[in-house]
Amino acid sequence: MAASPYLPTEQFARWRKFKSSAVTAVLVVCALAVIAPLFLVIYFLLVHGASSLDWNFFTQLPKPTGEVGGGMANAIVGTIMLLAMATVVGVPIGVLGGIYLAEYGSDRANDWLRFAADVLNGVPSIVWGMVVYLMLVVPFKTFSAYAGGVALGLMMVPLVMRTTEEVLILVPQSYREAALALGVARWKVIVVIVVRTALKGIATGVIVALARIAGETAPLLFTALGNNFWNHNLKEPIAALPLQIFAYAISPYDDWHRQAWAGALVLMALILALNITVRVLSRDRNTTN
Amino acid sequence: MSTLPSTPSVLPKPGSRAPDIAFKWIAAAAAGLIVVLIVMVGWQLYAGSRLALAKFGPGFLWSSEWDPVLDKYGALPFIFGTLVSSLLALLIAVPLGVATALFLTELAPLRLRQPIVMAIEMLAAVPSVIFGLWGIFVLIPWLRDYLFVWLKHYFGYLPLFQGPIYGVSMMAAGIIVAIMILPIITSISREILRSVPNLQREAAYALGATRWEVLKIAVLSYARRGLFGAAVLGLGRALGETMAVTMVIGNRPQISASLFAPGYTLASVIANEFTEATSDLYLNSLFELGLVLLGVAIMVNIAAQIMLKSMTGSGPIKVN
Repeated sequence: MAASPYLPTEQFARWRKFKSSAVTAVLVVCALAVIAPLFLVIYFLLVHGASSLDWNFFTQLPKPTGEVGGGMANAIVGTIMLLAMATVVGVPIGVLGGIYLAEYGSDRANDWLRFAADVLNGVPSIVWGMVVYLMLVVPFKTFSAYAGGVALGLMMVPLVMRTTEEVLILVPQSYREAALALGVARWKVIVVIVVRTALKGIATGVIVALARIAGETAPLLFTALGNNFWNHNLKEPIAALPLQIFAYAISPYDDWHRQAWAGALVLMALILALNITVRVLSRDRNTTN
Repeated sequence: MSTLPSTPSVLPKPGSRAPDIAFKWIAAAAAGLIVVLIVMVGWQLYAGSRLALAKFGPGFLWSSEWDPVLDKYGALPFIFGTLVSSLLALLIAVPLGVATALFLTELAPLRLRQPIVMAIEMLAAVPSVIFGLWGIFVLIPWLRDYLFVWLKHYFGYLPLFQGPIYGVSMMAAGIIVAIMILPIITSISREILRSVPNLQREAAYALGATRWEVLKIAVLSYARRGLFGAAVLGLGRALGETMAVTMVIGNRPQISASLFAPGYTLASVIANEFTEATSDLYLNSLFELGLVLLGVAIMVNIAAQIMLKSMTGSGPIKVN
């Protein structure tokens, strides 16, 4: 019998209920399908990566092509150095920009600046690599750790700026007014009272940004370039975990594939550690406020 | 905040306003740097591609020749590869992402929501190069031996699923990119769905609608525009995806109807050939590809921002 929405028969009601539960089931399956890749990635990282992790991996340099063994000690240190340089470049600019948005900017200017930050956030990471190549690699005629750090640092700027603004706005207006009423200069109010109150939130934002850029490969391809040896000079190319993983993954050697998995496991662990730090920091903040 | 009262005039000593003004300008300069950076990125790419712009003109965009030996360059295969792999990714990720967002906001027991949201955030934290590694050694063998064989067997009459199966392919890139943009599509869709007033749902339930009918007539139709914005934002991300795509797409500058065939994208040709570019024109052409990529990515992003903003009124949706 033809089901009609105007005549709710028993049969039609059953059909509607069936359709509803069918859709419910589909939604559950979709949700499972979305989180499945995470577990598949982590499973294979553990299976292939953990078996290849050994002491040498953390202490030795990569071996020349064809020789088995060696490690990624220089790449691990390189990644940490690049992140440190990125912090030096990106955090002051981002935090000061966030201060401007939260403390000084007019609503109209802020709208445009936020919009610009979102646009900048959408610039593909490979484009950052090309731009910094033109800015720092071509003029100085060498790929360098500096260039890699700047590329990553510039990517951090919009992220840090937005999170800084968000946490500064949360600082109660009465704090500012109380300090201003005592005759404290405005810049001191901002630095000593407002930023200090929000320091934990700002730190959280910085770590979020670091976690985001720690695994970036594309901006480093033409800036930091990679290096099979220890880097003693920041004006020279430097190794980084993501670069090394990429180079080994597309190589034809089984031993290098093994090491790529190990490197990926270490990189993932680093990023997870950063994310867990964020969680711990923001949990504290939620309980104290 | 602009509503702050100005500093009381009695207290500051003469001259003490100088650091105040200096600090304000330093902060303003830092904020203004954002705008400077956007202009600089565009300008640098333009300057870097001048030779290619002058030599090929707009024909660069629809020429499909890419021959470093003859020093002839055209962008079409890469534009094609970027669009096809991104659209394929959207085709997979949008339904899945929206469905998951629906599940999270409308169905899931409260206890389950937080863990699932956390899992999705972790998925977003996995770096592109790790997805690429996983793609090469796990996904591609599986696609090659099972999914592609199955598709070819049952749907082989479609041109999409014809030709030899290598594993590395446009489809593999689409699937990897889909996985990578799922978190952002899901989390933005979730924000949008949460902004649907409960009254909408209650009204529909009160009319006797089943759960699916409530979702269809009250939730989805209300959130349609915002969800579209989420999809466009996902597209913006997909276009610029570099490493994972480079590792699984096969890197061959060709235009093929088959999804099993290897392809090449704007981002991956830059990643692969930039440091090997031997002639100035070659390098300039790569910069022009970067310029095309930047232009498309920025336009798509701006479109998404506008759509999301109009959907949520004043409350901005956090995009990061």
